[in-house]
Amino acid sequence: MPEAVAWNEPRAKAILAEFSGLEGPMLPILHALQEEFGYIDAAAIPLIAETLNLSRAEVHGVVTFYHDFRHEPAGRHVLKLCRGEACQSMGSEALAAETLRDLGVAWHGTTTDREFTVEPVYCLGLCTLSPSALLDGEPLARLDRGTLVEALEEVRGQ
Amino acid sequence: MTRIFVPKDVAALAVGADKVAAEIAAEARKRGAEVEIIRTGSRGMLFLECLVEVETPSGRIGYGPVTRKDVPSLFDAGFLDGRGHPLWIGKPEDHPYLARQTRLTFARCGVIDPLSLSDYAATGGWRGLSRALEIGAAATIGEVTKSGLRGRGGAGFPTGIKWKTVADCPADRRYVVCNFDEGDSGTFADRMIVEGDPLALVEGMTICALAVGATKGYVYCRSEYPHAAKTFAQALEIARAESYLGPDIRGSGLSFDIEIRMGAGAYVCGEETALLESLEGKRGIVRAKPPLPAHKGLFQKPTVVNNVLSFVAVPHILAEGGEHYASFGMGRSRGTMPLQIAGNVRYGGLFETAFGLTLGEIVEEIGGGTRSGRPVRAVQCGGPLGAYFPPALFDTPFDYEAFAARDGLIGHGGLVVFDDTVDMAQMARFAMEFCAVESCGKCTPCRIGSTRGVEVVDRIGAGVKPAENLALLEDLCQTMKLGSLCALGGFAPYPVLSALRHYPEDFTPRAIAAE
Repeated sequence: MPEAVAWNEPRAKAILAEFSGLEGPMLPILHALQEEFGYIDAAAIPLIAETLNLSRAEVHGVVTFYHDFRHEPAGRHVLKLCRGEACQSMGSEALAAETLRDLGVAWHGTTTDREFTVEPVYCLGLCTLSPSALLDGEPLARLDRGTLVEALEEVRGQ
Repeated sequence: MTRIFVPKDVAALAVGADKVAAEIAAEARKRGAEVEIIRTGSRGMLFLECLVEVETPSGRIGYGPVTRKDVPSLFDAGFLDGRGHPLWIGKPEDHPYLARQTRLTFARCGVIDPLSLSDYAATGGWRGLSRALEIGAAATIGEVTKSGLRGRGGAGFPTGIKWKTVADCPADRRYVVCNFDEGDSGTFADRMIVEGDPLALVEGMTICALAVGATKGYVYCRSEYPHAAKTFAQALEIARAESYLGPDIRGSGLSFDIEIRMGAGAYVCGEETALLESLEGKRGIVRAKPPLPAHKGLFQKPTVVNNVLSFVAVPHILAEGGEHYASFGMGRSRGTMPLQIAGNVRYGGLFETAFGLTLGEIVEEIGGGTRSGRPVRAVQCGGPLGAYFPPALFDTPFDYEAFAARDGLIGHGGLVVFDDTVDMAQMARFAMEFCAVESCGKCTPCRIGSTRGVEVVDRIGAGVKPAENLALLEDLCQTMKLGSLCALGGFAPYPVLSALRHYPEDFTPRAIAAE
């Protein structure tokens, strides 16, 4: 996964300038900021508010409403584990519990070595190949503890 | 030069399709065989992925499920000439799974290169749009009305009536919005068609825009579908280059363009008014209706909001006529429905068929029972807000009204199969937990009721006043059903109540304590 850039205001302002001409530019801006920096820095909120002529409270409200937007940087690799019913029918809850325990984190947590962040996701549309996950955006299917650990070890340190 | 077809649908990628394609290319080079690898969508026989097809003089021959290590033996067996191999399945369209289907909406999916305009045109693409341009807006809406098409997102509202409402609403600007926030677990039809036949969505939305007089369209894609979003963005560029989108569509003087927008992981944004709020850049909070989006939708302008499958059904309806489409189905459920058979099931996949098969036929005959080999205990129909059906109700025909009569819904056509190891009290608890996580917070029954629901199920499990708490849970469900603003809080009780009704034995303290 490409390493996120550290928060910096000039870059953030350039992103704002790029998207603020769209109809309803808020989500495209937030996605672009998160893509660049890996999370939405608190300092982005007044910048967005000023650019879009909104109150800080309104911007804060949007950022905190959506599950995707992180408030702090993620680990080097992001594992999104599916908790949808189809995955549950194939044992995903037990797999998730084991994985979280192995990594020593809770949902949304990042390992102490900053290697992995684990997030729940409610359906990836891979419901015939459950349990499924996205690791750094790449799909994984028919997972069990062995194949998931293998996939994590493969990217570790990269 | 032999043409080989390897899917790039994300489900195929998840089981190694890219590695298979690379191995075929490498092996062909090594053996001096001339091959052209074409990446397609998925045929929907997901139990056969990665399904590789080879073009031969007698048609395309399939092999599956292929993994990278199978590739050398496929070459050894002469798969470039369609010869036998343990993974040989013959012509995919003769496979019983496909042969039993009626593919109208998914006719091209898995067959063509999704990003080839010439493939699209050669398989009947743009015929619907040409006809719409020829017959004009009013007659186009007339065809859609005649087809009996009902919104495939779940609510089943007649599409033609919605379009007419928007067309008749005076405005300086109208919008066409495609709901591609396919959040229901067990559903993947929208994803598959956008990855496998994105130009059909472009064509369907364009026909709609011409019919209602809209100039701008948005596709709201969930962020969990990055692969589909990428494919669709490429399809938009291709369509624009040949003026299927843009300021003058195919010389008609009509203008329409589409933009793709990404959601951000909020299930409730699949509800159409929350989706519109989100597109406007706000929190995805449900709006009270009326006004309907058809009158005051995106930026308060008249807006058609339809599901991907509704739009994708439209080109066929225009090309073949509304009556042809209406000739499939039963009762008030006309046309075909792409079923998605998922979860703990042997032959999971997409099965497009006319309405009317029974649930038992779908799960046992087509799905082949569970993948684990254990007996089927429950099938959740219509996503996380859909009811659980026990085998005793397997005679229910798949049709909007028949499901409603048994306190269920067909929703977006997803079916999730569970074997006899499932704990239905846990599934009921999860329905409430999911609703609590995803509630937009606007109305009290959903926001607070869902959290209280989790607590009540936990108390039942702990053996705290079980009879009183069961009564309380029923009562809470009624309040949520009747008092919630949208389908999230209004339907979350369906899985809970169906679990209580059909599996009462799972809600005894002993059953829960025994785990």
